[in-house]
Amino acid sequence: MTYEDASHIAQTWGLVLLAVLFAAALVYALWPANREKFKRAAHAPLADEDEDGRQD
Amino acid sequence: MALRNIDGRADVAGILAILIVTLFLALFGASRAADAAFAIQMWTLIAATLVGTAMVTGILGRGPSVDQSSRYENGVVKAGVVASMFWGIAGLLVGVIIALQLAFPTVFYFEEWGWTNFGRMRPLHTSAVIFAFGGNVLIATSFYVVQRTCRARLAGGLWPWFVFWGYQLFILLAGTGYLLGVTEGREYAEPPWYTDIWLTVVWVAYLLVFLATIWKRQEKHIYVANWFYLAFIVTIAMLHLVNNLTIPVNAGSWFSYSLFSGVQDALTQWWYGHNAVGFFLTAGFLAIMYYFIPKQADRPVYSYRLSIIHFWALIFLYIWAGPHHLHYTALPQWAQTLGATFSIMLWMPSWGGMINGLMTLSGAWDKLRTDPVLRMLVVSVAFYGMSTFEGPVMSIRAVNSLSHYTDWTIGHVHSGALGWVGFVSFGALYCLVPWLWKRARLYSNALVEWHFWIATIGILLYITSMWVAGIMQGLMWRAYNELGFLEYSFVETVEAMHPYYIIRALGGLLYLGGALLMAYNLWRTARGDVPARERAGDTPVTAPVAAE
Amino acid sequence: MWTFHKWFEKHSLILLIGILVVVSIGGLVQITPLFFIESTIERVEGVRPYTPLELAGRQIYIREGCYTCHSQMVRPLRDEVERYGHYSLAAESMYDHPFQWGSKRTGPDLARVGGRYSDEWHRAHLEDPRSVVPESVMPPYAFLARRDLDVSDMQDHLRANRMLRVPYNDAQFDNAITDARAQAEPLGANAYDFEQRYPGAAIRDFDGEPTRLTEMDAIIAYLQMLGSGVDFSTYQAEAPENLR
Repeated sequence: MTYEDASHIAQTWGLVLLAVLFAAALVYALWPANREKFKRAAHAPLADEDEDGRQD
Repeated sequence: MALRNIDGRADVAGILAILIVTLFLALFGASRAADAAFAIQMWTLIAATLVGTAMVTGILGRGPSVDQSSRYENGVVKAGVVASMFWGIAGLLVGVIIALQLAFPTVFYFEEWGWTNFGRMRPLHTSAVIFAFGGNVLIATSFYVVQRTCRARLAGGLWPWFVFWGYQLFILLAGTGYLLGVTEGREYAEPPWYTDIWLTVVWVAYLLVFLATIWKRQEKHIYVANWFYLAFIVTIAMLHLVNNLTIPVNAGSWFSYSLFSGVQDALTQWWYGHNAVGFFLTAGFLAIMYYFIPKQADRPVYSYRLSIIHFWALIFLYIWAGPHHLHYTALPQWAQTLGATFSIMLWMPSWGGMINGLMTLSGAWDKLRTDPVLRMLVVSVAFYGMSTFEGPVMSIRAVNSLSHYTDWTIGHVHSGALGWVGFVSFGALYCLVPWLWKRARLYSNALVEWHFWIATIGILLYITSMWVAGIMQGLMWRAYNELGFLEYSFVETVEAMHPYYIIRALGGLLYLGGALLMAYNLWRTARGDVPARERAGDTPVTAPVAAE
Repeated sequence: MWTFHKWFEKHSLILLIGILVVVSIGGLVQITPLFFIESTIERVEGVRPYTPLELAGRQIYIREGCYTCHSQMVRPLRDEVERYGHYSLAAESMYDHPFQWGSKRTGPDLARVGGRYSDEWHRAHLEDPRSVVPESVMPPYAFLARRDLDVSDMQDHLRANRMLRVPYNDAQFDNAITDARAQAEPLGANAYDFEQRYPGAAIRDFDGEPTRLTEMDAIIAYLQMLGSGVDFSTYQAEAPENLR
């Protein structure tokens, strides 16, 4: 493989792979079924009441 | 006998094994030392492993014990808070000294003390603030946050303590090494080969402790702050390994030759250097933002979806932006263009994240008036927005041709470092001390107010002076007179910097002063002191209260 | 319960792998092609490996953190070319492990400082920068002139470089220590052999202290060779082998 081949692959398939993966991440974030899950997750930091060994 | 208590404890056995292997390697190195610098480094390592062994086996003091009184492991987080404050002040102090060296070279250089020269102190400053202060803040907060959001105790028994002390040893070796002239000569990756290897061991332990805690979590979903922490830990591991591939001269020398040379070495280094900013100073501290702002404001993050998009977009784009440090150099043009394009695209997720942080306060903006800690956190996010706007602008080739090599870059870095990283860390530490030491509130909110304003004025002095100085420098370098000759000699541009270097040093001094106030305030808080009398008109206390 | 637990573990590992994949792409795309460039990087006439003394000087340059204030990369911009000389070529740093392009010019670029000033000037400037440039903010390096240069492990330095495919030949490797001394002793017994092994390298007593080989010798030898290799009166940027 030469420098030209390597840089060509990088500049085409590398970028396509990136775009596809990013689209997958977007779909995951915006998928309607995940809405409830995310809503609960957002409250996670606020709910850690138990500091001293008492169980919830 | 303390030793008997540790029978069958895999964590203790593992740590002891690492310490003993390190001890023998260090003894071997010391016996082969080619110069005094390497010998001192090896003896430091020997002493540290001996102290470590004594601590682990219990020859000194009580020996290893894990405080089971709390559901969570708080001791190592407390230690991290103290270490953060200590290294923060040390790093800022060195920064002020080197700023003064450039402002008053006849006063702050000592002919007989080569080890205090700018070239050796500058890596000490950058490493102390980034890796010692920033690193300790990240380790401490990540240990705190992962336990709370996973509702699980920190995994690994003594291993978190190994991570903590191992990291301090890394800082000690690197920092004393710089003063001895021990360096690999690449910015932000200066520690020598053996210190790099030690950090790798510590870092792997850190990753495993963090992952193992996530594995035993009792929450189904992994909270987004942990995603950022995980990306920070994993990516830094990768960057560190690739960028520090070197061949040591021999077993008795600190010096090593980078595996790469010239163009390849430059690109690898700036791929590392830029992503150290992206994943150490951004992703890690965004994790702090995503936990501490909602917690302190007592409201969930504005949009959890946005935070997920923010996460992926950030790590997708950041890793590409490195080549913008190498515009107009011998790096191939396509790589430069790619780097600049991604840098500009990076502006979007950065501002998405900023909006997400700021809007968390929507409906509760009044808290900014009454809670100086929350204000510090929120202002840090505003600085994050500002420097992530400035960064893409500076990555445009035309702008970069002016700004590169000048103090504008230094100003840009510090608007991010002092405004974003510094303030978000200070905010987190102000939250953590009352929570961890179980105090109802901080010793003094008024001192936090003072800290906030002194530091903010310091930042403004710093970045405005560096803007003016940098742009002036860039314009003077390219100025031509009417005959078509260069208007200024280089040294005339150095002379022109003088007043700005003084203003910069003053800005740094104010910022350091703020940090000293903070240390005093936190110390009094941890001791459980209550001010003798609250001054009349002092704002009512709404500061961090440990959740009961 | 156990299966649930297992699934959770997997979940975080999936996250971990996702992160690794994503952050690797950028590096693979941008960096790997450049490692193929090595075979095609332009071979420019005049670029040679450092002599042992220059190599030692370079180590001092790194040790003292000179790169924190001085760049070694002239950009192809009109003012830079007029101020510092021809813009830097990729080939000129092909033997630099590590590179020292720098990122900040608190002081001027040094890529082509070689031959620009006399040895005496460098000596005076390093010992007390403000004695020759009153406005300078550079630290003093007088101690370099007082410290003997340790060349005992010079062969190890060349061995490491040879492992990295820096083309030192066997004669250069075998005589590494001799050559480090010979370059600073123009009247010494080994000066001629040194010149045969490193044609074109300067042979001078750089620190003005003929009886001793000091760190000052090394750093000045290094500074005086910077950017002096390529003869730009004959270098043709447009020649096919020089286009990148």
